[in-house]
Amino acid sequence: MKQIAIVSGKGGTGKTTIVASFAALATHKVIADCDVDAPDLHLLLHPGVVKQVEFRGAKVAEMDKARCIECGTCASVCRFHAISYSDSRSSFIINPMRCEGCGACAFICEQDAITLRERVSGYIFTSHTKYGIMVHAQLKIGEESSGKLVTAVRTSAQEVAEEKGCELILIDGSPGIGCPVIASLTGVDLALVITEPTTSGLHDLVRIMDVARHFGIPRAVCINKYDLNEANSQKIADFCHHQGVPVAGKIPYDRVVTEAMIAGMPVVEYSSGTVSRAIITLWEHVNHIL
Amino acid sequence: MIISVASGKGGTGKTTVAVNLALSLDASGTGTGAPPLLLDCDVEEPNAYLFLNPNPGVEEEVKTVCTVIPEIEEERCDYCGKCASSCEYNAIVVLSEQRRVMLFPELCNGCGLCTLVCPQNAIREVTREIGTIRRYRSDGIELVYGVLNIGEVRATPLIEQVKEAVKTERTVIIDCPPGTSCPVIAAVQGSDYCILVTEPTPFGLYDLKLAVETLKMMGIPSGLVINRAGIGDREVYKYSEAEGIPILLEIPYRREIARYYSEGIPMVRAMPEWKRHFASMMERIRIEIGGRGGMRDEG
Repeated sequence: MKQIAIVSGKGGTGKTTIVASFAALATHKVIADCDVDAPDLHLLLHPGVVKQVEFRGAKVAEMDKARCIECGTCASVCRFHAISYSDSRSSFIINPMRCEGCGACAFICEQDAITLRERVSGYIFTSHTKYGIMVHAQLKIGEESSGKLVTAVRTSAQEVAEEKGCELILIDGSPGIGCPVIASLTGVDLALVITEPTTSGLHDLVRIMDVARHFGIPRAVCINKYDLNEANSQKIADFCHHQGVPVAGKIPYDRVVTEAMIAGMPVVEYSSGTVSRAIITLWEHVNHIL
Repeated sequence: MIISVASGKGGTGKTTVAVNLALSLDASGTGTGAPPLLLDCDVEEPNAYLFLNPNPGVEEEVKTVCTVIPEIEEERCDYCGKCASSCEYNAIVVLSEQRRVMLFPELCNGCGLCTLVCPQNAIREVTREIGTIRRYRSDGIELVYGVLNIGEVRATPLIEQVKEAVKTERTVIIDCPPGTSCPVIAAVQGSDYCILVTEPTPFGLYDLKLAVETLKMMGIPSGLVINRAGIGDREVYKYSEAEGIPILLEIPYRREIARYYSEGIPMVRAMPEWKRHFASMMERIRIEIGGRGGMRDEG
């Protein structure tokens, strides 16, 4: 079984557009939307949820005020400033938004007034789409553990793939280079990095490429909207050449991408124009690399 | 006054709005007599500095940012494993039989619980670099930005360090990371107002709704900038009306704007008439904040 993660340092370069089209082009695959804090793939693939599982990633400290003697020791050990004295309540209180669930407060409290409680920090869905099975998730607002949720989505996707004998997992990643991105990249067979020919796009490409290399992951690049600035596209191609990384595709800018999004369809199904042809060529190259 | 610039979806134009807004407020426009302070809290992919040319000869201040991680003094350790079992992040593994302790520093969140738990006092804390903070003055604004080291997992501690540069008496503009999870919360927390940048497409709208929910939960008032206006549909506009979230500014999709962006040129430099639009957006925000009885109007 092969796994390919579609990532980009910079947001909005077209990851989801490309994953949706790959979903329409690939056979025998499982689709995993690992952009868990702003997932959009479902808007193009219209999954019908068959299974929903609670995800308990983080814990949160809770205070039993009947036991608390307001000594404040908990506040003094909390490094995340999650416990503070509230003048209006004349009492120490925990701010769950700041709590990292480490348990230092619960350990130090001599009154046993603090316990760590698991909280539901998101949901994992297994769904049917006309393109095959899709595993996706929604992190609750403001939750941490997005990396753990990504790992949980990937584990579910692997189980489904093994059960159904699928040969490929398509992973839609999140922007950035931190926790959820690293969780999306770990152990994949190919990181396909989508970039755009802008100063920011090139800068962010360099960083995500460094991250993938740091973890020893094979890389390929796709330049989306390449014709918006051909000089920058050339700079990107030169950078890739220098790194020994193939440019697997170049996709022109076309409003048809937005039209397909509004129609709620993968662009390769919506149109047979230049964008779709470029994505098909990209897909062929990616398969060749895999 | 602290104004953050956020969006659920990535690539909608947060940096464009933050940089151009900062460049449109001269010292008098901030109402404080001091130039605006721009903080780039998108430490995973900081881009604001790409649009601001440091003046030649300007000394850039660079600071290393560290978190703490445990270090085991093996001669004291009796391999009881209490540190490992108490660690919520699985950052310590103790192999009692082999008399070995393994640390996974990138998983450690520096809570210090292991040092509290250890009965032998065998754990002390050492610092570990996670990134850098850079600061310089350029183009009449002051920029502070964080750069997360490659391979680092946790952006939040670095974001919080960048935010230590906040001076409430100044006009502070914060460029946030995309999404709605913990790095965004860390960046937005403490703002008087949040500008949400979106695009009029289904992806833009879906992620905007998540961002709006996040801000509601945090109790921070917000308004919209619609970027690439004209490319999609009217759903974002209908949502803004239904939710009563004001549209502060629309930036049309024009090939020349995209071109300047691609070159790293702020649009207010190339098209100075836009300075007025960004400055009046700031006025609008002051009124919005004043109207809600939050901050006093400093203008």
